[in-house]
Amino acid sequence: MIEVRDLKKSFGVQPILDGVSFRIENGESVAIIGRSGGGKSVLLKHIIGLLQPDSGAVLIDGEDIVAMNERQLLRVRRKFGMVFQGAALFDSMTVAENVAFSLRRHERLTEGEIAKRVAAALAMVDLPGTEKKNPAELSGGMRKRVGLARAIIYEPQIVLYDEPTTGLDPIVSDSIDKLIIRVRDQLKVTSIVVTHDMRSARRVGNHVLMLHEKKIYANCTPAALFASQDAVIRQFVDGVADAKEIIF
Amino acid sequence: MNFLAGTWLGDWLAGLGRITLLTREAIASALTFKFSRRDVLYQIYFIGIKSQSVVIVTGAFTGMVLAAQTYFQFHKIKMDTATLAVVSVSMCSELGPVLTALMVSGRVGAAIAAEIGTMKVTEQIDALRTLATHPVDYLVVPRLIAANIALPLLTIESMCVGIAASYVVGVFLLGIEPTYAWWNMLKYSHDSDVMIGMIKSVIYGGIIALIGCYKGLSCSVGAEGVGRATTEAVVYASITILITNFFLTLVLEQLCVILGI
Repeated sequence: MIEVRDLKKSFGVQPILDGVSFRIENGESVAIIGRSGGGKSVLLKHIIGLLQPDSGAVLIDGEDIVAMNERQLLRVRRKFGMVFQGAALFDSMTVAENVAFSLRRHERLTEGEIAKRVAAALAMVDLPGTEKKNPAELSGGMRKRVGLARAIIYEPQIVLYDEPTTGLDPIVSDSIDKLIIRVRDQLKVTSIVVTHDMRSARRVGNHVLMLHEKKIYANCTPAALFASQDAVIRQFVDGVADAKEIIF
Repeated sequence: MNFLAGTWLGDWLAGLGRITLLTREAIASALTFKFSRRDVLYQIYFIGIKSQSVVIVTGAFTGMVLAAQTYFQFHKIKMDTATLAVVSVSMCSELGPVLTALMVSGRVGAAIAAEIGTMKVTEQIDALRTLATHPVDYLVVPRLIAANIALPLLTIESMCVGIAASYVVGVFLLGIEPTYAWWNMLKYSHDSDVMIGMIKSVIYGGIIALIGCYKGLSCSVGAEGVGRATTEAVVYASITILITNFFLTLVLEQLCVILGI
């Protein structure tokens, strides 16, 4: 269970989050939406402890991670897998070495067992046989798939996706959405997807959180969000620059 | 200390504090063996083996020019055979460790800062942290240990090559009588000179690795940030080595006198 309480964060004099609170139950799939630069990725990084808030609390299974130091956070982070916007693959390693990274560091497995787990993870993200490739040889979509394989190989309880479909064409975006749903259903993980792609939010989330003006503006199901008549929500859902253009 | 905030001195003190904390974290991690031995070996290869050509050329030509300069001055007062002794003592306690460290800081310090800085701006450091890996365990400690091992070895190589080159120049080019020159060299060079050089090189290895890692880990976003981190790593490491060298010489020489080495 993830609970965020009254989270506040500023960069210099610029406030990014101002009293964000929500709760995500185990096994839920949540899409966090909001405008670019609205603090979605910052919020996601607070959930996994990559950023420290100015005030507020982030509870993971009842443990407040805000008070933890970097070494204590390592234990909590083993519950998480994270897929970065730019995939963040280690460019000095092959695909197999990237995917096997956490296994080699945290588990005592033979090379054969590692190879089997890597092959299974790559097969799950539809990239079998790419073990020996370098990240530079992969397309944007393939890199994100490898990033996902790296995040799920140690079977985390929670998977975080930071804009997984940004910069991809609609067909590849669709395949990534299907992959997120497949991982969620097969591994029974809690998924948190940060996106501003409304189609993606509707498909992968059974719950949607909308960040607006540094706070959670909406916390509802995708169906309720798309049916909403609220001007702010409609403007975002319809993708209209000027709120006056919205026709109800 | 708030009055220092935003000033050059305040920033400098804050940086000094952060690098001290990084050093403490790295030493604590090294003592608990959280690093991978494979990574340490690779870094020894990168820092040690790959720096061979730079160190050999630097050592050889430093020894040669020192032999020539010393000879030209000593020749005037008929002390030609003391040339190799001067070269030997200089190469062992000062020039060997300092020039090796300066050359390695240019090659390795820059590479460490650029590699870690690029990892930071492409979120690879954050990826490490999400994979429950402490960046200090994975990135800093192997480099620190490897630099502490590689620098003394490179320094010994630089000393040997420098002395050998000075012998060749002195004996075969300048015509110094080899037996007396060799005898004088052995007479005036002491174990303590080599020991001082070794202690210095271990400390310089730590300086190069820690400043390179610190600059990489604290680099600002973008290509410009990586470029600045790389430059600063080399400049700060070089200046720190030169300043440290003065104090180390004073302390270690006094220590040798007290201990009677």
